[in-house]
Amino acid sequence: MAMLEIKDLEVYYGMIQAIKGISFQVNEGEVIALIGANGAGKTTTLHTISGLIAPKNGTVTFEGADITKIPAHRIVSLGMAHVPEGRRVFASLSVFQNLKLGAYTRSSKEEIEDSLQTVYKRFPRLEERKNQPAGTLSGGEQQMLAMGRALMSKPRIILMDEPSMGLSPIFVNEIFDIIKSVSAGGTTVLLVEQNAKKALSIADRGYVLETGRIVLEGNAQDLLNDESVKKAYLGE
Amino acid sequence: MKKLSKNTKSNLITYGIVILAYIFCEIFMRTGHMSSLMKGILVPLCVYVILAVSLNLTVGILGELSLGHAGFMCVGAFAGAVFSKCTAEIISVPTVRFIIALLIGVACAGICGVLIGIPVLRLRGDYLAIVTLAFGEIIKNLVNVVYLGLDSNGFHFSMKDAMSLGMEPDGVVIIKGAQGITGTPTDSNFTIGIILVLLTLFIVINLVHSRTGRAIMAIRDNRIAAESIGINITKYKILAFSVSAALSGAAGVLYAHNLSTLTALPKNFGYNMSIMILVFVVLGGIGSIRGSMIAAVVLTLLPELLRSLNEYRMLIYAVVLIATMIFTWSPKAISLRERYSPAKLFHKEEKEVQ
Repeated sequence: MAMLEIKDLEVYYGMIQAIKGISFQVNEGEVIALIGANGAGKTTTLHTISGLIAPKNGTVTFEGADITKIPAHRIVSLGMAHVPEGRRVFASLSVFQNLKLGAYTRSSKEEIEDSLQTVYKRFPRLEERKNQPAGTLSGGEQQMLAMGRALMSKPRIILMDEPSMGLSPIFVNEIFDIIKSVSAGGTTVLLVEQNAKKALSIADRGYVLETGRIVLEGNAQDLLNDESVKKAYLGE
Repeated sequence: MKKLSKNTKSNLITYGIVILAYIFCEIFMRTGHMSSLMKGILVPLCVYVILAVSLNLTVGILGELSLGHAGFMCVGAFAGAVFSKCTAEIISVPTVRFIIALLIGVACAGICGVLIGIPVLRLRGDYLAIVTLAFGEIIKNLVNVVYLGLDSNGFHFSMKDAMSLGMEPDGVVIIKGAQGITGTPTDSNFTIGIILVLLTLFIVINLVHSRTGRAIMAIRDNRIAAESIGINITKYKILAFSVSAALSGAAGVLYAHNLSTLTALPKNFGYNMSIMILVFVVLGGIGSIRGSMIAAVVLTLLPELLRSLNEYRMLIYAVVLIATMIFTWSPKAISLRERYSPAKLFHKEEKEVQ
């Protein structure tokens, strides 16, 4: 059984249909890339999965349980973390407080401290800047903080929304290395990206989204070699 | 660990300022160096400080604009005053009576905060501000048409006039519509006011530095991110809003027991009042609890101290408002202040982190 299963999902913004019935699944331990152009519905899909938006039709099943109607703040404690798009850190709070808030749904102090050390080990920069307000970090560091914060909830699956957006090439590489190591650590990853080449290069499987529909799916390697994908998303 | 002690230090300074101010005022009063005008303003000062600190919880910590705080103050004032008037003969110790009145006022204002918060906190920004403004006015106007009487059969309620209460001859009209409540026992004094200020500071400061407080600030900084890490946004918004409303209610109770006549005029419970509290908060620095406290004191005292300047009084008041605004918020003034701040001169490397 798939860890996360999306079935016939339809999402509307008022009268406009953003997602036109998509179905896909994520198996435990996989890295899944959801790629597509601007406005294809990638972010909407992630928001619907994590409960920030309610779908009109369709279901989201996580580890066998229907989570379609569960509010966002309760989904986190089920083991799903969401790194939202852009620099969504708590700007006026310190890096440390941001990370601490990531473990908001957990109660054991020792376990939280444990996760904190793990995150610091993975992102040494964050430890260096732990008392700095998050708003003063650079874009790449803020992205790292957002990821670290999501990892603080000790998720079994992590949804990442455009982690490479607006970052310098060096940071992009670093971020993708981190995603790889998060996955190697046993966390399932659902990655939404415009940088299709990078995303597919670290993914196991991929789905191509176009104006609210999945138009192509398959092994990441096959998608990288697919002529239509090459033409549309890889600029070759 | 170090950061924690720094927070504690800053909080102790805040409490210290209040206690020192109290001691100084008491000394001046005892030695007869205080004019009757100043004596009369001491309790209102406490009222304004409580209001400013409580509004800062909504505006600074929760990050939502509320223009209806005078409405919650009004609820607290009337609830507390009705109780005190009804029990003026039954409970003979003023302090006990006041404490119960305070609890009732706080509870009523808090409940109003929840009831109003649930529908209006779906809105944000300017829209929320306008709706809270409307609710504040509604509360004030409702109180103006209420008639409440008490006789041997219990309470009588009407929204027409005192006659339609249909009371027994022994009945007493407690709320007389627009004339409000007369003959409230004046149970509050400066000491009680200062104790309430300290209590308010204690509640707000502890809330801000708790897990709950960090959750509320996370919502302020980024709603979507807060939701995505598992914070129940609706719950914490309503919590912060209603605590803020309840504290305003406490200010109202204090206000009501300082005067023997309580009427809901635009002057004391209208939007002018709400905006004045907001001015305290903004000038003191949004989110800075000590700042809003000091701003409330200075801006209340200033018009009184400038009384000798007659018609120039409000002009100078306005100039001070603008000057404070520049000093608090202009980037240049901020960098200047940071460069020459006494803390910076002594500990060069220590950086203030909230």
